[in-house]
Amino acid sequence: MEFAELIKTPRVDNVVLHRPFYPAVEGTLCLTGHHLILSSRQDNTEELWLLHSNIDAIDKRFVGPLGTIIIKCKDFRIIQLDIPGMEECLNIASSIEALSTLDSITLMYPFFYRPMFEVVEDGWHSFLPEQEFELYSSATSEWRLSYVNKEFAVCPSYPPIVIVPKSIDDEALRKVAAFRHGGRFPVLSYYHKKNGMVIMRSGQPLTGTNGRRCKEDEKLINATLRAGKRGYIIDTRSLNVAQQARAKGGGFEQEAHYPQWRRLHKSIERYHILQESLIKLVEACNDQTHNMDRWLGRLEASNWLTHIKEILTTACLAAQCIDREGASILIHGTEGTDSTLQVTSLAQIILEPRSRTIRGFEALIEREWLQAGHPFQQRCAQSAYYNSKQKWESPVFLLFLDCVWQILRQFPCSFEFNENFLIMLFEHAYASQFGTFLGNNESERCKLKLQQKTMSLWSWVNRPGELSKFTNPLFEANNLVIWPSVAPQSLQLWEGIFLRWNRSSKYLDEAYEEMVNIIEYNKELQAKVNVLRRQLAELETEDGMQESP
Amino acid sequence: MEHIRTTKVEQVKLLDRFSTSNKSLTGTLYLTATHLLFIDSHQKETWILHHHIALVEKLALTTSGCPLVIQCKNFRIVHFIVPRERDCHDIYNSLLQLSKQAKYEDLYAFSYNPKQNDMERLQGWQLIDLAEEYKRMGVPNSNWQLSDGNREYKICETYPRELYVPRIASKPIIVGSSKFRSKGRFPVLSYYHQNKELNAMANRAAGKGYENEDNYSNIRFQFVGIENIHVMRSSLQKLLEVNGTKGLSVSDFYSGLESSGWLRHIKAVMDAAIFLAKAIMVENASVLVHCSDGWDRTSQVCSLGSLLLDSYYRTIKGFMVLIEKDWISFGHKFSERCGHLDGDPKEVSPVFTQFLECVWHLTEQFPQDFEFNEAFLLQIHEHIHSCQFGNFLGNCQKEREELKLKEKTYSLWPFLLDDQKKYLNPLYSSKSPKFAVLEPNTVSFNFKFWRNMYHQFDRTLHPRQSVFNIIMNMNEQNKQLEKDIKDLESKIKQRKNKQTDGILTKELLHSVHPESPTLKTSLCFKEQTLLPVNHALRTIEGSNPADNRYSEYAEEFSKSEPGVVSLECGVARMTC
Repeated sequence: MEFAELIKTPRVDNVVLHRPFYPAVEGTLCLTGHHLILSSRQDNTEELWLLHSNIDAIDKRFVGPLGTIIIKCKDFRIIQLDIPGMEECLNIASSIEALSTLDSITLMYPFFYRPMFEVVEDGWHSFLPEQEFELYSSATSEWRLSYVNKEFAVCPSYPPIVIVPKSIDDEALRKVAAFRHGGRFPVLSYYHKKNGMVIMRSGQPLTGTNGRRCKEDEKLINATLRAGKRGYIIDTRSLNVAQQARAKGGGFEQEAHYPQWRRLHKSIERYHILQESLIKLVEACNDQTHNMDRWLGRLEASNWLTHIKEILTTACLAAQCIDREGASILIHGTEGTDSTLQVTSLAQIILEPRSRTIRGFEALIEREWLQAGHPFQQRCAQSAYYNSKQKWESPVFLLFLDCVWQILRQFPCSFEFNENFLIMLFEHAYASQFGTFLGNNESERCKLKLQQKTMSLWSWVNRPGELSKFTNPLFEANNLVIWPSVAPQSLQLWEGIFLRWNRSSKYLDEAYEEMVNIIEYNKELQAKVNVLRRQLAELETEDGMQESP
Repeated sequence: MEHIRTTKVEQVKLLDRFSTSNKSLTGTLYLTATHLLFIDSHQKETWILHHHIALVEKLALTTSGCPLVIQCKNFRIVHFIVPRERDCHDIYNSLLQLSKQAKYEDLYAFSYNPKQNDMERLQGWQLIDLAEEYKRMGVPNSNWQLSDGNREYKICETYPRELYVPRIASKPIIVGSSKFRSKGRFPVLSYYHQNKELNAMANRAAGKGYENEDNYSNIRFQFVGIENIHVMRSSLQKLLEVNGTKGLSVSDFYSGLESSGWLRHIKAVMDAAIFLAKAIMVENASVLVHCSDGWDRTSQVCSLGSLLLDSYYRTIKGFMVLIEKDWISFGHKFSERCGHLDGDPKEVSPVFTQFLECVWHLTEQFPQDFEFNEAFLLQIHEHIHSCQFGNFLGNCQKEREELKLKEKTYSLWPFLLDDQKKYLNPLYSSKSPKFAVLEPNTVSFNFKFWRNMYHQFDRTLHPRQSVFNIIMNMNEQNKQLEKDIKDLESKIKQRKNKQTDGILTKELLHSVHPESPTLKTSLCFKEQTLLPVNHALRTIEGSNPADNRYSEYAEEFSKSEPGVVSLECGVARMTC
């Protein structure tokens, strides 16, 4: 096995582990193909069990013969290992570096992981497109499933099955695909049952500088409009950026060719700008020494909350078009794999109660992120501590989760899941024993045979024992559209993610527990009252019968 | 009433503060002797107490009428458009007069009548007894005694009559010390910390300059940089300016928060209080706290330090005691700092507000250590400015006695205690030991902008569902359910007994326990107002079923995207 070559020193004794909020532990450090393990010999329990793929960056230092490795994780945790012996330390460091940056996906842990739990429901089959479509087909017959991309030939980043207007045949779809960036022709993202309006998403149209047009494209999106109705195209780039895109063959829908559509430009930042924002924010949060002015200055300079506001505002705009203006929308930026998906998925959180349940949210991630071709492998390859020369890393998914958290904060009773659920998804998107977030799209996942060779995250999460950790005790289903406030005073730093390793949450956790106790007690009391009431009623009936013979 | 010329104006518009599209409600404006009242077309009432008005401005005439902007001390800001300039002028002049009284006797407290007899009034004033409090702390004792030196306010006018000083401090020593200290405010006991192993205390004095280290053996000096009242006043002003901006960006919000310095000041007060608590707890050292006059920063630090050290002050009653002791009795100049009377605007400063904010930050870090909730802090803040109760009128005890406040006005505390339910923290754990000392973390990221204080009336900025209110209601409901269970059990027992006895009474047959109404309450959207207030004083926003906050949102949202509501601008905005 290749791993053995990478592990020069598999075991070191007398290593001291330093972690935030825990006393230092001395123990034996072991390296395996996928884990870094430290166990204190006293009670033989593992103190640390860290996936190599969770390691973002490492630093090493030496003081005399004592080496120190500082491990910076993708979940923003920083731990320190004091290793006696320079050679051991160097060996460990180079092994960690190699093992945490494996080139081949098939060497990743999910391909080796054997679950210790019984699989009740195979998560790979939990959210099949056909089943999802059934939810719509009862309400409308204007849409159909298309298998045009069965071999991933029309659009490499689309799934084999997509939902399109019934009146548009596969031949037309092929032509439209040639006119849209990455072959991403407009497909259905969401159907608003209340008024039949829809959200569609796509890549940018390839108009180029000479204003190319595509009749089939116009026909396709017009097919989604009711007679006499107008729709909106939300372009997630500023007009300026969209205009510049024409020089590179891209572009936007010209008014003249899409007279029934009004275009709105909302600028959402992309790629390295978001990555830099994350790096700055995490840096600011990790520095405990700065004074108030410096902290507020750095928080502002990171622009993280500005991005949150931009994304949420655009999602609200999309939801507003659907629910208030009664208009259908098409959303795209350039590729249609990043900001587009943030907006379509958040709009659904706002509009659709189902997406605020645990299963509904999982289905949303499956549909709007995984199958929609968000390139997780590229975007989540590195996190806040790795200064990458490549430009494809970007915390697009984390920003989405943060936006969901912001809405959850404002509507704490409207979600079936709690903050821990969002944190768990963040962790697994960056490093996981499950195959769910591997690959960049369905085509890649298919080639990797993930369904056969790895376990789905949903298989693990959806077991009752796990679910209870992620369930919001305050949840009470409601069928409302929930409009969050996007004012800066209403947005907050997501402490559960960004301050998680920087301050103790002991008192907050205890308070949460107490809250759960009160709610549980309430349920208990209600149940007891109901039993007693029934009992009393029965006694009374008996009495009544005795009395009237 | 001589100030009121116009009592009613119709067709007045109330503009939404944050709306860029100038959305408004139309209604009627009434001016009474104590309040300005606006009733909109949905019959929703907005009451503004004259004493809460910090600033009235008449802006330049517009086509729709004459704008009148009112800023309140409780951070409410209302923007009216009065159709006729004449009416606007009358209201403006009246409010100028009514909001700035020259004499204490014209303040609301002297006319406020909650229909209590003299006996009840007196009992109300006796509710908080500082003599009891010193006894609770364990003084007098072998080292500390009650001094009668200031019984007639002869040594220090701004101190209370009863003062605790070291036994060895004879009257000549006290008098001598008082001559050396600003305003005669010699060092006296503020808090005595009882513990098995140690006895330490915090005391207070006034400075103006500082002690020469050579003359004080065994004393360590620590300077903590809390800024003066003028810096604090302008800091709050800057903060409010930033917050009031329409269409505020995240960047402007945080740079405004930074440049206002507000959270820096809050942190400084907190750090000083922690230093004091640590000196007493960790070093077993006694602490003398002073600033220049000893009634602003000194009060902040002493009271907050005591709150960290002693869990009693974290109860509802204990917090009232703390305010009476460290703020009211030791002569924090409430009337000047809150601008109760038409006086020197340079004396106004949010010193007490900062104290409340520090306490709020502590409740955020220690959610189970306080018996009271945020609404309690907001309500106290409301009343330091309302002049409805006598507690905060005047600038020191001597002045209060001269005003005969205990005979002519009512004390706030019994009213708050009667309403206790609204102010209870459902997560409070009274299990914590009596002297559990709070050790807050003051790394900067722990300090957040207190939205529920500075935007308490801007409901669109608040979470739409409040976990806190839900848990509070549930706690109440649990108590009711426990009672229901007892009732049901006893009824069942009765039934069973009767059945075995074979005796049936008609009466019982019909006594089916009615379904407890509490069971039917839904968790969601039954949100209570965050700020429980006297209904007669102010309407409860968000409690009216017609007050649909989802419709508010569309407007709220449109401020960031006016292109959506008026669709015509969509394209124009895009291209510009």
